[in-house]
Amino acid sequence: METLRAMVFKRIAFGFLTILVISVLIFVGVEALPGDLAEAVLGQNALPETVEAFRKELKLDMPPHVRYFSWLGDFLGGDFGNSLANGRSISDLIGWRLSNTLFLAGMTAIVAVPLAIILGLLAALYFNSWFDRMISIGTLSTISFPEFFVAYILIALLSVQLILFPSLSNINAQMSFFEKINVIFLPCLTMTLVVVAHMMRMTRAAIINVLTSPFIEMARLKGMSGVRIILHHALPNALSPIINVVVLNLAYLVVGVVVVEVVFVYPGLGQLLVDSVSKRDLPVVQACGLIFATTYVFLNLIADVLSMLSNPKLRQPK
Amino acid sequence: MLALLKKSPISARVGLIIILLNVTTMILAPVIAPYSETEAIGDVWAPISGDHLLGTDQLGRDLFTRIVYGARNTITIALLITLLSFTVGSVCGFLAATLGGWVDQLISRIVDVIMAFPTLIFALMVLSVVGTSIPVLIVVIAILDSTRVYRLSRAVAMDIEVLDFVEVARLRGEGLWWIMRHEILPNAMPPLIAEFGLRFCFVFLFISALSFLGLGIQPPTADWGSMVRENSGAISFGILTPLWPAGAIAFLTIGINLVVDWFLHRSSQIRSQ
Repeated sequence: METLRAMVFKRIAFGFLTILVISVLIFVGVEALPGDLAEAVLGQNALPETVEAFRKELKLDMPPHVRYFSWLGDFLGGDFGNSLANGRSISDLIGWRLSNTLFLAGMTAIVAVPLAIILGLLAALYFNSWFDRMISIGTLSTISFPEFFVAYILIALLSVQLILFPSLSNINAQMSFFEKINVIFLPCLTMTLVVVAHMMRMTRAAIINVLTSPFIEMARLKGMSGVRIILHHALPNALSPIINVVVLNLAYLVVGVVVVEVVFVYPGLGQLLVDSVSKRDLPVVQACGLIFATTYVFLNLIADVLSMLSNPKLRQPK
Repeated sequence: MLALLKKSPISARVGLIIILLNVTTMILAPVIAPYSETEAIGDVWAPISGDHLLGTDQLGRDLFTRIVYGARNTITIALLITLLSFTVGSVCGFLAATLGGWVDQLISRIVDVIMAFPTLIFALMVLSVVGTSIPVLIVVIAILDSTRVYRLSRAVAMDIEVLDFVEVARLRGEGLWWIMRHEILPNAMPPLIAEFGLRFCFVFLFISALSFLGLGIQPPTADWGSMVRENSGAISFGILTPLWPAGAIAFLTIGINLVVDWFLHRSSQIRSQ
């Protein structure tokens, strides 16, 4: 037990270290601009005095390490500075978009995770049957499709032809929960299709892998039913890879929303990031990037810790 | 080679045909395309007709012509990226495996950090600082992608490096480069080839996504991802124009995946025999 706790602690410490390194990278990346931020924003024709004043405002006259720590401190306190494009406070811009993105990703996860696991179990149960083959071909194609292809097919079918759901996900705070669900139905479905394929394939592979072991053979020889073997003998032993792939796909969801948000013009963090990159609004890019990266690292961390806890083999120190 | 093809399952043959079709289009683009790449010749979003096989795009350019040229531009760039990524990734991976020690530690830790970052976010951040241009895209995506190649080639080379024939070559006094080139590379080839297919798919989808976001290959160059973006407005009028380039992307990726699947299946059978 002691070694397990030490290992988990070590992994968590490593996760925080990674986030710290990433924050340094994000900071240094912007530092590496030819000239500096003030010149980049104001252009070459700006008066030297204006540039100087702007530098003061952005605190560019201080040495880099001082600025890094004040930036990081502000960031942890929830103060992200101001946008260069419109001067608004970045925390105002981000706050409500972040909740939108989390809402979309969360709803997708609620639908996609159980669906993927059930389909994966069924495919493993009827291994090599026509059902299994259909699912394999189906998932192979959804994995190969770019997200926007799936999205536009769904729009053409469900929004333009059948007029069931809106093709633009204009969401606002006044909407009731069901109105919101109606509006995000198509982006949610798009992401579900993409993520389910991957999770399902991994679930199926993990179960089939366990099914070849001797204790399953034994259970079969005892005359147990297929469903009981899968649920009581195979599933607990395949849990570690399944949990791992579920959490990794949640991490993928957080990043995958970027493209889907742009397709459906959904007011989320991904949309903001893409807009800011094309406007080169670097403070906003830094803030969004750090939030995305932190979430991603965090979910990866959870995946690793959970698989350590669920798999006795991984508890042994190397 | 032909005997191998005869034994291949139907799915792999379909995949090969798709790849061949795309490669032919890529090479013969100017011959196949009926119009020029950037010239507007008709109405905006004209329907499918004898003159315009797939109709026209948002500026009245022939969509079929754009897709044919798009094959050339997009696939060439994705191939360049994958080749660069493989060169960097496998050289670093082999070096780390044969030298070990601090070289291995240093490269592996750098790779850990890059891989901890979601790829798309990393690319977006770099592009926001240095701006979008084709050379920048090629280098940035290749470096991000080479981390996966590095992991694989390091693991494969680790297994090969301890074998007797490498030891013999060392004792013979062969140099590091020679050992990597003549002892490790040929033995690491099969897993690396399958990985090449997968990496190409990933890079291809990635560059298409970036172009779709408006941050990849810039107009007026014909490119499948940006064509979807430019024509996306048509979909709400029930015009299917953006589905053609998006479908072209999906078509090629499926083709490659089918072939890679067969390849992986075959090599796992050989190992278990």
